[in-house]
Parts: sequence; structure tokens; C-alpha cells
Amino acid sequence: MIATLKLSARNLMRYQRRTWLTAGLITIGVVAMLLFVSAAGSFKNVMIGQITDSMLGHLQVHRKGYVASVDNLPLNLNIGAKMLERVKTELAAEPGIAAMSVRLKLGAMFSNYTETTSIRLNGVDPQAEEAAAPGLRTRIIDGDKTGPLVAPGQLLIPDLIAKGLKVKVGDTVVLVATNRDGSVNGKNFTVRGVLEQVTGPGGRDGYLHTDDARELLRMDEPEAMEVAIRLHDMGALPKVEASLASRLEKLTNKEGKPVLELHSWKALSPFANIAGMIDLMTLFIRVMLVAIVLVSVMNVMLMAVYERIREIGTLAAIGTPPRRILGLYVGEGLLLGLIGAAVGVGLSLGVVALLNVYPLQFPFGRQIITLQPTLSLQEIATVALLVVGMAVLASLQPAWRASRMDPIQALRHV
Amino acid sequence: MSLIEASSISRIYRTGDVEVAALRDVSLSIDAREFVAFVGPSGSGKSTLLNLVGCLDHPTSGSLTVMGADVAKLDRSAAAAFRGEHLGFVFQEFNLVPVLSAYENVEYPLLMVRNWPPEKRRAQVMKMLAAVGMADQAHKRPDELSGGQKQRVAVARALVSEPQLVLADEPTANLDHDTAHKVIALMKQMRDEFGTTFVFSTHDPKIMEAAERTFMLEDGRLVHQEQRA
Repeated sequence: MIATLKLSARNLMRYQRRTWLTAGLITIGVVAMLLFVSAAGSFKNVMIGQITDSMLGHLQVHRKGYVASVDNLPLNLNIGAKMLERVKTELAAEPGIAAMSVRLKLGAMFSNYTETTSIRLNGVDPQAEEAAAPGLRTRIIDGDKTGPLVAPGQLLIPDLIAKGLKVKVGDTVVLVATNRDGSVNGKNFTVRGVLEQVTGPGGRDGYLHTDDARELLRMDEPEAMEVAIRLHDMGALPKVEASLASRLEKLTNKEGKPVLELHSWKALSPFANIAGMIDLMTLFIRVMLVAIVLVSVMNVMLMAVYERIREIGTLAAIGTPPRRILGLYVGEGLLLGLIGAAVGVGLSLGVVALLNVYPLQFPFGRQIITLQPTLSLQEIATVALLVVGMAVLASLQPAWRASRMDPIQALRHV
Repeated sequence: MSLIEASSISRIYRTGDVEVAALRDVSLSIDAREFVAFVGPSGSGKSTLLNLVGCLDHPTSGSLTVMGADVAKLDRSAAAAFRGEHLGFVFQEFNLVPVLSAYENVEYPLLMVRNWPPEKRRAQVMKMLAAVGMADQAHKRPDELSGGQKQRVAVARALVSEPQLVLADEPTANLDHDTAHKVIALMKQMRDEFGTTFVFSTHDPKIMEAAERTFMLEDGRLVHQEQRA
């Protein structure tokens, strides 16, 4: 085996320029692939992290039909107090769940006493919300970043409204909301902070204390429109989602029908489609890499066989077994793949390290995204194995041809 | 028992409806330790006969046994194994592997065909290179050697695995007269030293004279055989 590989290496060195060109082409393919994967992966992780950590959580529980009409923030599709207690019990029993936040979602009129606009609000328990959406605090761009997220009488407002209505931290504003029965209620608040707007649903919502939300809506019992859930491990999302769905399925109404629905962040955020597109593009680039390796290695190996027909005849004549001749040429393909993959992986790791020292920033909507690309061992191994595997596959046909060559015909070749 | 026993062998090549008889009804017998030449003009069937004896081809009809093995019954892999085990080859154009040194070319059959252990291999290669007078050129690549030196290395490669039979197809055709005689003398010396049977083909009457027995071929037929020594 080692002897065969040594001879394969010598053969590759016969035409050094051709060998390095081919290995270079494979290297470029590997670098392009790995850099795309790391940059796109970084973008995906930043966005998903932002969406799940500062807004949606990983999973959400609603009353059936709520999500379909979420734009109207309906007040008649609440999870009632008794049902909410049963939901909390089920969630507490699920080991994959790290935290949950019960939210009262409402629409209201926001006024600075001279101008008025509409606002979407989340009534939350600050501690529970912080546990379920730990990134929310990082979105406070104006105001004290320490202390309780939002105390009774305080309001966190989106920057769009702060700018539009020229409202500053510490200003007094008034919220007017209509409750389920159609009666109107108003309450004064102090602006505790301004939130950076982020992409996705809830990215322009304000926050107030859950007691204030109940007071505004004249809600006697602790009801909820939404329960946001954070998992210990996001990788376990499908497993926990399935387990929780079967738990919630048991919570039925008087007719014995399930009253709740469970959604993952993917079902709630349009960014899931962008993430899907990124995955699809990664697949396309992978296919291109496969094509580059297949075409370049097969071309070189076909040339190598054609140029060395008489030599193949000699080796066959002196008794070299066909499988060994096959091994010689497959060995050349394998080495080309190994060189391309090794140099490509090394260069990619270097560029990724450089990008972490000098991070790339680019605007996405109203945000500035900072890329911090990383390469996982799994991704490196996948690409390296793919390249080496394709190089071996590409050399198989020429190698098979060489091993099946008639020695007499081969020896006569000019 | 003879080393090579051919009985009425023919080799006919078919291209479409056209049949070309490269060898017709040839019978011969060659014993161990003989130094034999197949002679004749181009197209007479010398190379075809050598190919058949070398298990590189199958006769269309007749029976051919080499060291007791029926050549017609050897498939591709079995024929390769048989050649590696029992035969050595010397070619007109030397056919050394250009990326290997003289040492490595001679080592090749032991390493890639016979899987000899390194120590035994090294001793055998050096013994053969010394025997053909090329020990001091062992590190050189084929493109650094003269034609005669290349053929010496080729002879060493053919003999290194201690085959019973070495087949040489026009081994002197690409050499000048003096070198050609030296190579033939070397082959004879190797026969004397190692007891190997040598069968070579030539169309050069002067080289032919070095053979102890000659088989003259014309148009694929064996027309004459002569014991010279």
C-alpha cells in the first residue's frame, strides 16, 4: 500500500505543473466552499440567535388560531388562567426546557400628549422574560442596561417610535388600550429605555410589566396570549418540540379537542426561509465543488493513463497484478484530493482566523451584522472527505481502464 | 520434461471479416538452461510466438505449455501471477519506469509483484546490479543512462525475481553493434551464472549467431531450427 502510494506520488511529480494546477483548482474549490459555509453559517447563527434570544424564544405555545390572526393581536384567543396553570405544569415536566415566559400581547395607542401612534406591546414578568429571551437586554440602545428589565409603570419602546415621536428615556407617555369587552382604558408610563429594532416578528414591539398589561386590559385573572420557551440546547429542538407537542395534545377543552398549538421559531419567523435558502446555496456550492474535483481529477488521470500506456503494458507484462495497477492510478487521484483538501482546509482556517481578528460588518435591513465565522470539525471533515472521495471516484474509471489494458496492445502503443 | 512445449499452435487475429494468421501450426520444444533465438524478418511471427510463450496472449489453436502450465487456460489475473512468479521480460525499448532510479526499477518486481521483505530485497537488487555491472549507477534515473546501460538494468530487472525463463523481444534492436554484442554476452553470462533459460527474438544475423539454438520463422511458420552449440 505504502509502496503503491510512493510510486503514485512519483508519477504525480512527472508533470509538476499539471499536478499543482489541478491541486490548486481543488484547493480553490475547498477554500470557496469552507469560507462560504463559515460566513453564511455565521450570518445564520447571528440572525437566528437574535431572533430566538431577544424575541421569539425557541418555541411558543398559543391558543389554537392565535398565530393565524397574530397581526390583529386578538384578545379573545387567550390561554385562560386554569389552562395556563396546566400548561406551566406540562412545561415544567419537560426536561429540555430551560425557561419560559408568559406574555400578554396587546395593541395600544401610544401618546406623548402631542402626537399619537399605534404600538404593539408585550406584557411580561421581567425575570421570566429575561430567562426566556436573554438577548432582549442587549437591544436596549438608550437607557439603563442594568436593573430589572421593566418595572411596573415603566415602558420599553422601539426606536422607530422613539424617533418618530421624539420621545426620550424618562419621558412620561400614555397608553390607551381597548379590552376584550370593548371598553377603553388608559395609563401613564415612564419610558425606561429604547430598544434597537431587529428583523422579524416582534422586532418592533414594546415591553411593559405584566401587571400593567393586565390593568390596561382590565384582566382579573392571569391569562396569557403566548408562552415563549427557551431550551437548554437548541440542537434538541425537534426532539423537545415533538415531546412537548404530545404533552400539549392532552390538554383539551370540554369537547375533548386540543386547545393549544405549539410552534418553533422556524414556523414563526420568515428568516427560517432565508436560512433554508442559505442551506440550499451551500448544497449548490457543494455540488459545484464535487464537479470541480470530478472534472479536474478525471481529466488529469485520463491524460496520465493515455501518456503512460506503454508503461502500463510493461508493468502488466512483468506480472504486476491488475488490482495493483488500479491502485497506482487510484493512488494518484487520492493524493491529488488529499493535497487539495489539506491545503484548502489550512488556507480556509487561516482566512477564518483573520476574519475573527478583523471582522466583516455589513448592513442588513436597519441592522449592522458583524460576521464572526467559525469552522466546525464536522464541516471540515465533511468537505475533506467529500473532496478526497470524489478524487478517488474520478480516478476509478481511468484506473480501471489501465488495469484492464491488454499488455500486448499497450506495449505496441507509440 | 521440456520447459516450453508447443504443439501445432496457431494465432489468428480477426478484424471484421478479415483473418490474419500471425502464427501457423508451430511446434517446438525448449529445455531448461537453453539460450535460444527466434529469428526471422519483420512480420514473421517472432514477437507473436514470444507473446504466447510469455503468457501475454492465448493461441487460437494448438497446445502450449510453459513450465507445465497450459497457457490457454490462464485468465488475465492468473497469467499476471504466473508471469510475476516464473518469467522475466526484456524489451526492445528497455521500458524502464522513468521516475524510478536504476535500483528502484530492478527492485520493482520484488516490491510490487512478489512482496519480498526489505532486507532480502535490498541484497537481491544489489546482487543483480553487480552482476550486470551497474552497481555504481544504481542511483541514476533512466534518462541519465546510455542505451546499453538501460538494457543492462532491464536484464537485471528481468532476473531479479529469479525466474526460470527470461523472454527478450529484440533486446538489441535499439543498440549499436558493440553494445548489442555486450548485452547478448551479458545475457549468456547470466544464463551460466543463474541457470536461467533465455529466449530472445532478433532479425540481426550477427546477433543470431550468439544463440545456441535458433528457430527460424517466416510468414508465421517455423521453417527451420538449428542447434549451434
